[in-house]
Amino acid sequence: MAQATDITKIHEQSPYGDLTPGNQIYGGGGAKMFNTGEWRTQTPVIDWDKCTHCLLCTPVCPDSSIPVKDGKREDFDYDHCKGCGICERVCSFGAITMKEGM
Amino acid sequence: MSIRERMSGNEAVAYAIKQINPDVMPAFPITPSTEIPQMVSTFIANGEIDTEFIPVESEHSSMSATMGASAAGARALTATSSCGLAYMWELLYVAASDRLPLVLALVNRALTGPININCDHSDSMGARDAGWIQIYAENNQEAYDNFIQSFRISEHPDVMLPFMACQDGFITSHAVENIELIEDDKVKAFVGEYNPENYLLNADMPMAVGPYATSPFYMETKMNQRLAMKNAKQVILDVATEFEKISGRKYGFFEEYMLDDAEIAIVIMGSAAGTTKDAIDALRAKGIKAGLLKIRVFRPFPGEEIAEALKNVKAVAILDRAESFSACGGPVGSEVKAAMFDAGVNVKAVNYFYGIGGRDYTVESATSVFEDLMKIADGSMEPENFKYVGLRK
Amino acid sequence: MAFNFKEVMNKPERLAPGHRMCAGCGGTIVARTVLRALKPEDKAVIGNATGCMEVSTFMYPYTAWEDSYMHNAFENAGATLSGIETAYNALKKKGKVTENYKFITFGGDGGTYDIGFQSLSGAMERNHDMVYVCYDNGAYMNTGIQRSSATPMYADTTTTPVGSASNGKMQNRKDLASIIASHDVPYVAQTTLIGTMKDLYEKAEKAIYTPGAAFLNVMAPCPRGWRYDTPDIMKICKLAVETCYWPLFEVVEGKWILNYEPKKKLPIEDFLRPQGRFAHLFKPGNEELLAQYQAEVDRRWEDLLFKCSR
Repeated sequence: MAQATDITKIHEQSPYGDLTPGNQIYGGGGAKMFNTGEWRTQTPVIDWDKCTHCLLCTPVCPDSSIPVKDGKREDFDYDHCKGCGICERVCSFGAITMKEGM
Repeated sequence: MSIRERMSGNEAVAYAIKQINPDVMPAFPITPSTEIPQMVSTFIANGEIDTEFIPVESEHSSMSATMGASAAGARALTATSSCGLAYMWELLYVAASDRLPLVLALVNRALTGPININCDHSDSMGARDAGWIQIYAENNQEAYDNFIQSFRISEHPDVMLPFMACQDGFITSHAVENIELIEDDKVKAFVGEYNPENYLLNADMPMAVGPYATSPFYMETKMNQRLAMKNAKQVILDVATEFEKISGRKYGFFEEYMLDDAEIAIVIMGSAAGTTKDAIDALRAKGIKAGLLKIRVFRPFPGEEIAEALKNVKAVAILDRAESFSACGGPVGSEVKAAMFDAGVNVKAVNYFYGIGGRDYTVESATSVFEDLMKIADGSMEPENFKYVGLRK
Repeated sequence: MAFNFKEVMNKPERLAPGHRMCAGCGGTIVARTVLRALKPEDKAVIGNATGCMEVSTFMYPYTAWEDSYMHNAFENAGATLSGIETAYNALKKKGKVTENYKFITFGGDGGTYDIGFQSLSGAMERNHDMVYVCYDNGAYMNTGIQRSSATPMYADTTTTPVGSASNGKMQNRKDLASIIASHDVPYVAQTTLIGTMKDLYEKAEKAIYTPGAAFLNVMAPCPRGWRYDTPDIMKICKLAVETCYWPLFEVVEGKWILNYEPKKKLPIEDFLRPQGRFAHLFKPGNEELLAQYQAEVDRRWEDLLFKCSR
């Protein structure tokens, strides 16, 4: 039975024996463990009073960082949001503002 | 009972493919390997095998598709020669690095520049550092036998490396010889089913192949490849032992012919070994102690074993069927000499080139090399390296 | 199948965050949307030509792909996927694979229009049941904005730099969607990022679920290479469509279908002006270049209208 790769064991100090054969990785979506939120210089903030859950902000996010549950958007995934600001521009209700910094 | 037949080398390999019944074969025609995909296509057209053939638009794509099929979990193979192999160049390295078991039937032919369709080893020698297992055949029987063993070695969990099964273009690929084939059921049982643990189409566990690996990972990745190649040595011997049980034919890293008590010896690969054996028989009849070491497994390179086998000769000629243009030797010559140096075997050694671009290598050619070796051995001639055997002056 | 935006947004995400694509990258938006078009119960194998997307989404040991994924090299994504798709047929026939799998490969315009063109052409001609998605950002962005055959005329790139003796790229872009349509594959479409992504989503769905080879050419702006204000990506895409620079069309079984015709075609300047790569066209004395640009856009638009009117 195939086992998912424990990618926490593969890092820049790993001895060669800890690497996977052929650099193959078993199991999908492991990139979630890598935090790209640190890249932000600007941070989107949602005003829930203005948000109508129209969801127009969700598909335009390059970082899959606006999760949707049961037809409603949830708060930003700040571990991964890179602060590009596309969501702010597409929001017709002024519910998203970009704040300076993390 | 084995089946006695008459077949060309290409037919022998195609027959082995038919018996193995692999899942996917992408291929693109190139002389002299073209017959192999043609014959496989005919087997498919007649419903004799289940293999899916992909008539790709280039060798580059045949290797790419073979790799994709292997990663997907299929038993996959292709065939090519010369420039076709050169066109696959970049991907040969990727296939080895990705640790994809697959087999390439290589029918050795000179690389273009100028174009030439005849045999030499410049194609596979160019790929010698790509991370592939390379095994060479002397005749049609060996081409068949090596092919039957190929998937077992390539797919072994300790190895998982691509496999190049080499035979000499036209000399063996097109010449019809007597051959002993193994019964279908025995081949089937020997090769077995391919059920990899991890593959792209595993519904329970997705797999990602071919990452960007930064320098903290790259060198460790190469080390793991090297270990796999080292592991291949034992696997090759183990598979040969099992193969002997179903065929009665014995294989190792190399074949020694009259080498035990030889004073002078030739090291050679491929079909020219047969010609050399004829020369040895004639010399032995005259009381001259000539012998041969025919390399079968070039990757992994059995350096220690070769040095050990050559340690008692007085002079050895290593014959290369490919130039390397280092201006100081060919690939086989360099590696055999290095192996002897590492083992402290201090034998007078010369490295000659022969058979380049299909130049005839005859019994007389082999005899002339042995004549040089006799003079080198008794000190009457200084070793002259890097001669071309049969060159017009 | 009617497009229900909320339902579509409820579908599982198949491209995980944590990849290293630039902030505001258009290519990633394309990939997310295309993968969303898969039925949740269907499995997929994703192929990828070398490029920004590949080096950013599978940096060892982190894969952003929830599905099986294979990158082979820059120029062979078409052939690699054709091998995987053929293996699927072989293994399904033998009962070794029982689930339904779909095959989608992504390539930038470098890996698609140029170095991978032969491999793509072969895979399309052989009609493998796969989708090739080109995220076309009009230059080799991964290596630092060099021109490709997808680069629009007069764009300033690092191998067609604007200078005292140069107005940027001298040639028009190759019309790849039309070339692939000439392979007589069952489905070809061109689109970009618009509104709810309905157009891209529906085309991806058709491409994935049409048996045989399908090709999607998706304009995917690159903020770094195009030099527009990063958050404006959706505006840039809309202008590309409203100026008829990037028309939305499909070729279904050889039949050309125009999906959108602007009520009032905007001048090409509206698309070019927000982009730094075209800044030189707005300097005094370059009016003729803009006129030429407009003429070429008009010529191609008329040609498309003709194809779609047959």
